[in-house]
Amino acid sequence: MEKLLLIIKREYLSRVKKKSFILATILTPLAIGIFFIVVGFVMTYQGEEHRNVAVIDATNILGDSLNLKEGKGLTFVKVPGPVGEYKEKEGFDAVLELPPITDLSSKDYRVNYYSSEGVMGIGIIEKIESDIERNIYTYKAGKYGFNQDSLNSLKTSVTLDRKKAKEDDEEVSTTASLIATGIGGAMGFIMYFAVFLYGMMVMRSVMEEKTNRIVEVMVSSVKPFHLMMGKIVGVGLVGLTQVAIWGILIPLILGASTLVFNIDPQAIQSANTQMSGVDMAEMSKMEKEVGLFIAELMNQNWLLIIPLFIVYFLGGYLMYSSLFAAVGSAMGDDAGESQSLTLPITLPVIMAFYIMFAVVQNPNSSLATWSSMVPFFSPIVMPARLAFEPAWWEIALSVAILIASVAFFVWLSGRIYRVGILMYGKKVTFKELGKWIFYRD
Amino acid sequence: MNILDVNNVHKQYSNHKAVNGVTFSVPAGCIFGLLGPNGAGKTSLIRIITGITQADEGTVSLDGGQLDHRHPSKIGYMPEERGLYKQMKVGEHLIYLARLKGMSKADAEKELAYWLDKFGISDWRKKKVQELSKGMQQKIQFISTVIHKPRLLILDEPFSGLDPINANLIQEEIFELKSKGTSIILSTHRMEQVEEICEYMVMINQGENVLNGSVKEVKEQFKEHLFRIRFKGELPNYHHEGIQIIEQKANEMTIKVTDDQYSNQYLGKLIEHGVFIDSFEEILPTVNEIFIKVVEDSKTTA
Repeated sequence: MEKLLLIIKREYLSRVKKKSFILATILTPLAIGIFFIVVGFVMTYQGEEHRNVAVIDATNILGDSLNLKEGKGLTFVKVPGPVGEYKEKEGFDAVLELPPITDLSSKDYRVNYYSSEGVMGIGIIEKIESDIERNIYTYKAGKYGFNQDSLNSLKTSVTLDRKKAKEDDEEVSTTASLIATGIGGAMGFIMYFAVFLYGMMVMRSVMEEKTNRIVEVMVSSVKPFHLMMGKIVGVGLVGLTQVAIWGILIPLILGASTLVFNIDPQAIQSANTQMSGVDMAEMSKMEKEVGLFIAELMNQNWLLIIPLFIVYFLGGYLMYSSLFAAVGSAMGDDAGESQSLTLPITLPVIMAFYIMFAVVQNPNSSLATWSSMVPFFSPIVMPARLAFEPAWWEIALSVAILIASVAFFVWLSGRIYRVGILMYGKKVTFKELGKWIFYRD
Repeated sequence: MNILDVNNVHKQYSNHKAVNGVTFSVPAGCIFGLLGPNGAGKTSLIRIITGITQADEGTVSLDGGQLDHRHPSKIGYMPEERGLYKQMKVGEHLIYLARLKGMSKADAEKELAYWLDKFGISDWRKKKVQELSKGMQQKIQFISTVIHKPRLLILDEPFSGLDPINANLIQEEIFELKSKGTSIILSTHRMEQVEEICEYMVMINQGENVLNGSVKEVKEQFKEHLFRIRFKGELPNYHHEGIQIIEQKANEMTIKVTDDQYSNQYLGKLIEHGVFIDSFEEILPTVNEIFIKVVEDSKTTA
């Protein structure tokens, strides 16, 4: 036991002290921060060019107050015309001419934009077009004699409100579904990422020890199983450390970058909505939803989700990383060989990842239930389902199967590992691996 | 008193018998040669002795007791294929290996300082293993094998890859450890080293021990009763009973006797005849010759 602790300590410290680990752990949140700053900057970019645009609007479509929003370096000045007079006039860069609307039922309307510049930026085109579209809507409504307020009320936002069918049913809102999908997807993704990243790390390290020939020195002092477990636990702790640091640093850096660079997440949001053409009414609905969102987020049964997530995390990591260790022990330096041996392990992880997407859509389908019972899938699928509150017996059965499988696969991997690490120069097949399991010590 | 008793050990791998009934004992405080051609089962046997694997049959006892979980601390093993963690610092690495052998941190530090000082490499302590040359790494590897003061040291080809100076250094260390009471098993292909260093030996071939005993005994066992005589003067034209002249040159001849007492008689005759004797010596087979003979013989019988 003391030796196992020594091995865990070395495996942990030798990785955590590495420059590459420190860089990856700190630079990843920084990179995410920089990404958001850049995105924020780009999304709110106005352009430093300035254009004075003369607007000729004979039929007063835009109204007297010239209902055009400034932005993207555009300044609009209403002029009486004619066009020719302003085309080359000092102080104006372009002329915008709105022809009269003769047929109110026409859905096609062309605006002339006279300018000497070459190819125009898409942002400016879209801005002017959408501004004018908005004005024409009001203009046509006025011509038809519609009341603006009643027009606004035509747009209705619909929310599905889930009510109890029986008295003892649980009270849940539809926002809960949204939240559950989000949490589920995020958890499944973290699991997938962790299994691959840290499982592969275990495998590479086992291969390195074998090709390095340190392993024979090691096993003359400690049992191969202890060496394997020490590595798996050590790397697992490295993973937890990294994830924990990221969990703290990423929100911190994101928070700091919004403060320092004065980037308003709402600005990014509104820049997005502007492009997709969502108007203010819907914005306020979204704001309401954000409130609901946070309320629902707090409402989740975190006391159940977090411990179970940790159970599945540990189970999935232990099972897959021990299998990776077994495969690593059987491999030489041959990269092609490693491909064919790791495929049977990576395949279920990838399958589980796809199943997870399907399951988040239909959390109570039979696919969801059954894949939660398969130990290769459950560490990725079940965390994704947790927020959908699966039946307790499903969780219990799934955890029981997982724990039994972890015990079995760790044992199995230990059997293969103890033979594999001392076997050199042999082309290894799965049949061979199978034989190793039954070798006597 | 024997430090190690190997008794009728068998080890079977899926389709070949690696060790097939090997029996030998290593007397305490000696240097013991473990010989055998490639694939004879030496490594399998060493792995059983070091507890890396277990024998299917037979017993191994260390210091009079059956192998158990305490024994790694009593054995120091330097495998033929050896290596170190390249990223670790020399000092950290040696302390890590020492502690895995059950040493306390303080003891490990003390021994580390002793050995680094002994080899004059104290300033390597903070260097990473990968920064060292191969020869330097071998020294570190040797220290890692002996740092926990093992009772039994098993060295598999300890001189391979070493330059003559370092090989000599390691050889001296082996002698010094022996003088302090450590028993040493040396597995090697270099027979002249066995002759030079080892007192006892066992030879393994095809999983069986074919020779066992002190180096002297084994040589006696394989001697062909050959004598070399260097002389001046004319040889008598005379045939002595039980003497066969194998080779004759101007001042030297090799004779084979059927009985050792004839050599003395023959020598007397020569002196009587007025031949001046420069030297008279028995030609004992070298371990190398014995090795080749045994291996060749087993091939023809097999």
